[in-house]
Amino acid sequence: MTESPTTGKPGPNKKAGKRNKPKKPKVPRQAMPEQAPEIRRNNFKEVPFGYPIDTAVIEANRCIQCKKPKCVDGCPVGIDIPGFIKAIAERDFEKSIRIMKEANALPAICGRVCPQEEQCEIVCVTGIKGEPVAIGRLERFIADWERDSGNVSIPDIPDPTGRRVAVVGAGPAGLTVAGELALKGHKVKIFEALHKPGGVLIYGIPEFRLPKSIVMAEVDYVKKLGVEIEYNAIIGKYYTVEELLTEEGYHSVFIGTGAGLPYFMNIPGENLNGVYSANEYLTRSNLMRAYDFPNADTPIAMSKKVAVIGGGNVAMDAARTALRLGAEDVYLVYRRAREQMPARDEEIHHADEEGIQFNLLTNPISINGDEEGWVKSMTCLRMELGEPDASGRQRPVPVEGSEFDLEVDTVIVSIGNGANPLLPEATPALDTNKWGNIIADDKTGLTSMKGVYAGGDIVIGAATVILAMGAGKEAAEAMHEYIMSIDV
Amino acid sequence: MNEIKIKQVLSEGVKDFVVESPVIAKKRKAGQFVIVRINEDGERIPLTIVDSDPKGGTIRLIFQEVGKTTCAMGELEEGDSILDVVGPLGKATHVEKIGTVVCVGGGIGVAPVYPIAKAMKEAGNKIISVIGARNKDLLILEQEMADISDQILVTTDDGSYGRHGFVTDAIQQLIDDGVKIDLVLAIGPVVMMRAVSNLTKKYNVPTQVSLNSIMVDGTGMCGGCRVSIGDKTKFVCVDGPEFDGHLVNYEELMLRQKAYLPQERKSHKNHKCRMEGME
Ligand SMILES: Cc1cc2nc3c(=O)[nH]c(=O)nc-3n(C[C@H](O)[C@H](O)[C@H](O)COP(=O)(O)OP(=O)(O)OC[C@H]3O[C@@H](n4cnc5c(N)ncnc54)[C@H](O)[C@@H]3O)c2cc1C
Ligand code: FES
Repeated sequence: MTESPTTGKPGPNKKAGKRNKPKKPKVPRQAMPEQAPEIRRNNFKEVPFGYPIDTAVIEANRCIQCKKPKCVDGCPVGIDIPGFIKAIAERDFEKSIRIMKEANALPAICGRVCPQEEQCEIVCVTGIKGEPVAIGRLERFIADWERDSGNVSIPDIPDPTGRRVAVVGAGPAGLTVAGELALKGHKVKIFEALHKPGGVLIYGIPEFRLPKSIVMAEVDYVKKLGVEIEYNAIIGKYYTVEELLTEEGYHSVFIGTGAGLPYFMNIPGENLNGVYSANEYLTRSNLMRAYDFPNADTPIAMSKKVAVIGGGNVAMDAARTALRLGAEDVYLVYRRAREQMPARDEEIHHADEEGIQFNLLTNPISINGDEEGWVKSMTCLRMELGEPDASGRQRPVPVEGSEFDLEVDTVIVSIGNGANPLLPEATPALDTNKWGNIIADDKTGLTSMKGVYAGGDIVIGAATVILAMGAGKEAAEAMHEYIMSIDV
Repeated sequence: MNEIKIKQVLSEGVKDFVVESPVIAKKRKAGQFVIVRINEDGERIPLTIVDSDPKGGTIRLIFQEVGKTTCAMGELEEGDSILDVVGPLGKATHVEKIGTVVCVGGGIGVAPVYPIAKAMKEAGNKIISVIGARNKDLLILEQEMADISDQILVTTDDGSYGRHGFVTDAIQQLIDDGVKIDLVLAIGPVVMMRAVSNLTKKYNVPTQVSLNSIMVDGTGMCGGCRVSIGDKTKFVCVDGPEFDGHLVNYEELMLRQKAYLPQERKSHKNHKCRMEGME
């Protein structure tokens, strides 16, 4: 990345808030200071430190305040991007966060994990000739500013409407629905299967990318709006959806149970000791804090050589976690080429810097064990790119006779997640598609059951935090309309 | 929430808790389990729901102190609470009237077999219970099992009580005596379930076993509990815990249960409890 080091200097355009002309000389996109790779690969602390105030103001001034901002169209929740950035440029941070929160209740999270480079920043006009405005970093900045200032404002809550809503799952989709409906005066309770809220944000995405304290702060905010959370409550087992609507007396239910069903490769040796799904590996390390074993009771493999199979964000997270847990060599094994990796550029870049070894165009065909049932190696084939497949990506085809063994003691399978069938199986009236995703209306999230809405990964398959939140927002609106239309 | 109402010691290192858990008490069916976590640093471990009192809102859990968590849990007293209790998990036992059911429990395995035997009895089956332990002192729930059985056979490995030998010897005896067995339900150490399955396979007696693999979430989210059943991989927490005993890959299961033994030893070394027991 070609960015100037961050100096924290006010920069040449201090008063530019009023006048929004392009600047001369051109100010480069401001880098965000971060831990050096050699250091951070040994700790779980967050990698970037965030913008200092003055750097944020410099960056904000790079925004040319387009009349018809394309970035807003690129944002799945339609944040008034030029608006919140202008307020930063004017150093009116309170105003900025207010604008932000009108569209996005979880900016500290989105600022960290959204793929801005594919959404808002890719269409940024400044990016045509130079580099786009660092919208994500500014989003993170303003959210952190608010949290650090210690006075997170709680909006006024209207009088109770007498309507009760049950939300299943405390991931980004569920938290968004809960927050939105609480703001409208409804009584909301979230039922969460695990002992902690946040969904993937807590059990999946590691601390070095999204500190738990930030997720908890956002959850606290939702609780302050009056939302109740019951943990250890697996809907489908503890209560059924049906029961929530009848005996338990909820007027509407939102299902945001995520994509929690790990796929395996179905190759020989996958049940050996030392083979994990990324979900298990990350859950042990994050949710159960296995990195702190034996202070925390949950163990995790003490690996030296690790192969992570896959090329998405989840694979990057697993690989970088393995490194921090003390592995000497971590190989990322992906059957396509680097350009085709679905992970965010920033994650690939960070992983690369930290010393993850990329074995691209490589496909595992078996995992081999020792007499005690432990992984000792993985047999792979080299691939080359052939004709494009249905997704338009060139299909990888095996190179004949290219078989080789990768010596590893741990294999982390990170090839994707499907829809967890637990709730749908216990809810026969709920229609699902052939992949097991709940079928819900595009606009409203309404399912085949009256009063029951769904959104997030359980509907569209494993996707992104912001899409889950967007779906939550739309569903909340539809649910509000629905519950206000019924007599209580 | 989750207050321990009654605590009893069944045998050395085997504790019997009655825990307040109203919703689960109402919902649970024979064969299901809960996952518990006892404190903020605790791991999540599965325990079979041995019994429940839907009116009183309690469930009964019996466990053997084999690792750090179970030992620490054993030190909890009446009035203390278990931090997290999640459930009811797993598929319930398929209960119907089929005739004669032999319910086999080995060691601590008598605890999970009890609720299934009870449900099978209530469904009108003839219950022959075969329970065994290493010695007399380790035998649990004999009276309760006797109360719901038409016939009960007790074995101890050392002959200190009941018949000298293994549970498989007693089952062999039943077969030799010409008892027509419609189903065998066996729960206990993996080696015992394997031995029972090997025996019943010879005689084509349908056999169900309940597997106790290492778990994390218990919802099918992590796959850590996976086992090979025939040529398929299954998740014990959602597809089980009961499986056709003749299809289970016991060798793999045994290896997987030992996955964290080195770490367990490390984390547990200062604790008075022993690590043996469940193998
Ligand atoms: C390791 C990893 C890294 C990722 N990185 C990124 C990233 O950088 N950027 C990005 O945008 N996206 C990322 N994603 C994807 C993103 O996290 C998900 O798309 C998003 O969290 C989906 O939100 P959700 O609310 O639909 O579901 P989830 O976050 O999955 O939450 C679902 C919640 O429902 C609970 N639940 C499930 N079943 C039940 C039930 N029956 N009863 C009660 N509760 C239940 C679960 O325990 C969970 O808490 C990543 C995902 C993973 C796994
Ligand atoms: S315990 Fe995680 S899938 Fe079974």
